[in-house]
Amino acid sequence: MSYAEASRLAVQSAMSRDPRVVVVGEDVGRGGIFQQYKGLQEEFGAVRVIDTPISEATILGAGVGMALAGLKPVVEMRVVDFALCAMDEIVNQAAKARFMFGGQGRVPLVARMPIGLWSGSAAQHSQSLEAWFAHVPGLVVVTPATPQDNYSLLRAAIDCGDPVVYMEHKELWGLQSEVTDEEIPLGKARIARPGKDLTLVTWSRTVHAALEAAEKAKLSVEVIDLRTLWPWDREAVFSSVRKTKKLLVVHEAVQAAGFGAEIAATVAEELGVPVRRLGAPRIPVGYAIPLEDEARITPAKIAALLQ
Amino acid sequence: MASAERAVRLYRTMARIRAFENAAEEASRGSVAAFGASLAQSNIRGPLHLSTGQEAVAAGVCLNLEKEDYLTSTHRGHGHTLAKGASMEAMMAELFGRARGPNRGKGGSMHLADFSVGMLGANGVVAAGMPIAVGAAHAVKIRKEKRIVACFFGDGAVNRGPFLEALNWAAIHALPMLFVCEDNRWSATTPSDAMTAGEGALARAQAIGVPGLQVDGNDVFAVDKASQALISKIRSGEGPRFLHAVTYRFKGHVSVDAAAYRDGAEVSRALENDPLILAGKRIPEPQARKISQEAEQEVRRALDAAAAAPWPEPREAYGDVQDTGSGQWR
Repeated sequence: MSYAEASRLAVQSAMSRDPRVVVVGEDVGRGGIFQQYKGLQEEFGAVRVIDTPISEATILGAGVGMALAGLKPVVEMRVVDFALCAMDEIVNQAAKARFMFGGQGRVPLVARMPIGLWSGSAAQHSQSLEAWFAHVPGLVVVTPATPQDNYSLLRAAIDCGDPVVYMEHKELWGLQSEVTDEEIPLGKARIARPGKDLTLVTWSRTVHAALEAAEKAKLSVEVIDLRTLWPWDREAVFSSVRKTKKLLVVHEAVQAAGFGAEIAATVAEELGVPVRRLGAPRIPVGYAIPLEDEARITPAKIAALLQ
Repeated sequence: MASAERAVRLYRTMARIRAFENAAEEASRGSVAAFGASLAQSNIRGPLHLSTGQEAVAAGVCLNLEKEDYLTSTHRGHGHTLAKGASMEAMMAELFGRARGPNRGKGGSMHLADFSVGMLGANGVVAAGMPIAVGAAHAVKIRKEKRIVACFFGDGAVNRGPFLEALNWAAIHALPMLFVCEDNRWSATTPSDAMTAGEGALARAQAIGVPGLQVDGNDVFAVDKASQALISKIRSGEGPRFLHAVTYRFKGHVSVDAAAYRDGAEVSRALENDPLILAGKRIPEPQARKISQEAEQEVRRALDAAAAAPWPEPREAYGDVQDTGSGQWR
């Protein structure tokens, strides 16, 4: 099953179980631009799979209002770059409402905002801004790397009752692998590849680049797919690093002030081991292949650090 | 012409709002270092936006709402909250940051909410309540409930994007909403007229296909009558309506702002047109005096209770943040 189909199944399953779950966003009635909502409007009707104008602030803000009034909206932002038109609604409203109203209301919404390079999509459709949201108290941040995780984590996100920033990767939509009904809790990392010499922590599409680099490395590399950035599974990371005594964090997002810095700093503070990071240079993503490639984290770039 | 009983109810709500705002203003002296004011110890901290002089809008609209109807408000939301039925004592406790406030001291004036009366929150961001109100109304429609949503915003909000987005969304989905533009003529310290092109708020709503009315927002009976007419359309399923109520902000942008940037004649004219006095003329003088006295007594009790109420425990700072990963604070 593909990564996109797995997410469609997760939403379908949640909608079948719980009449409070609704989908809100641009183009969802035609299945969404990545077909991640394919057939849902036919199955559940236009009342629950709601086509919206190109009004990102109100898609997200209406999601907050729906949630406060008792629904569980799955809100589609298309790409994280467009979610920037709804930053007030995410950061000041969704993330804060429960706390600042003293627990009178909750915002159980899932805001889907795919990240990442996407074959020549250039500077405004290619960003990985997960660190922005991990910085905001009140938000859960999820970055699935596999079809199984996209199914299980999206179901967990819809069920969890907190506002979730759910970040699929646009270059993973077609990725195929087996998907079971397995339940995976938010906040639990996965050891994608066991090893003993070095711990490589990563998430989203970079998990696959890391696995490829690890296969060819002379060192025995343990690859941890973090899966959820907030809360992040520090126990899984600590227990691996206690064994390997070395940490490398790799992500596609710009390295400077990326979430890798948070992990590296925490591990350095807690365990005092050497840490390294690899992320994109602090440049906008260029259109032409040689420019885009400068922002791409490849197995070769990871391998260079595993020497 | 409103019935005598209705006039009394409107006047009572206005008098309670006026008393509350006056007391809050007094309790906020030195609340924030802005507009040349220096910080001093005060029971109410931070920016305090007073709706003094705008009471007729809150009272006139909310008399036409049921308890189960939803309401979203603005940073200047005390009047709406009181008029929707929240407890004055609990509200004052919230402004004092005490655990007995409806937000348990976590919100203060700018985030005041009382879900028990359908009040889904004031908002510290201009126009930000509009999409939230749209979502609440959309939920009402999906669940086939009877309630409607009243969405208050100011004249400054009509120049933000969510104004257009929310009106358009409400119109295409025929949502049960009353949009209320409470036009106090000032966007913080800048005259809104100078910042707003075209024919104004109602014309913009009409251009999007949301019909409405413009009223003298200082005439509570006019606001009541217009609200009644618009809300009956909304309740009968005709979709959203728009009320443009033109009033005036008696005070500065926040309580410490003396509003010296305003023309004295403009302010004097507004004070002569005090909506509370205008409303009071429509009921017997002894009754009006009694209502005002009762409002004063109520606010005095609220102040005393707030001052005596306990603070939230420090651990409350960690409560109601999120359940997923709760306990992971760093």
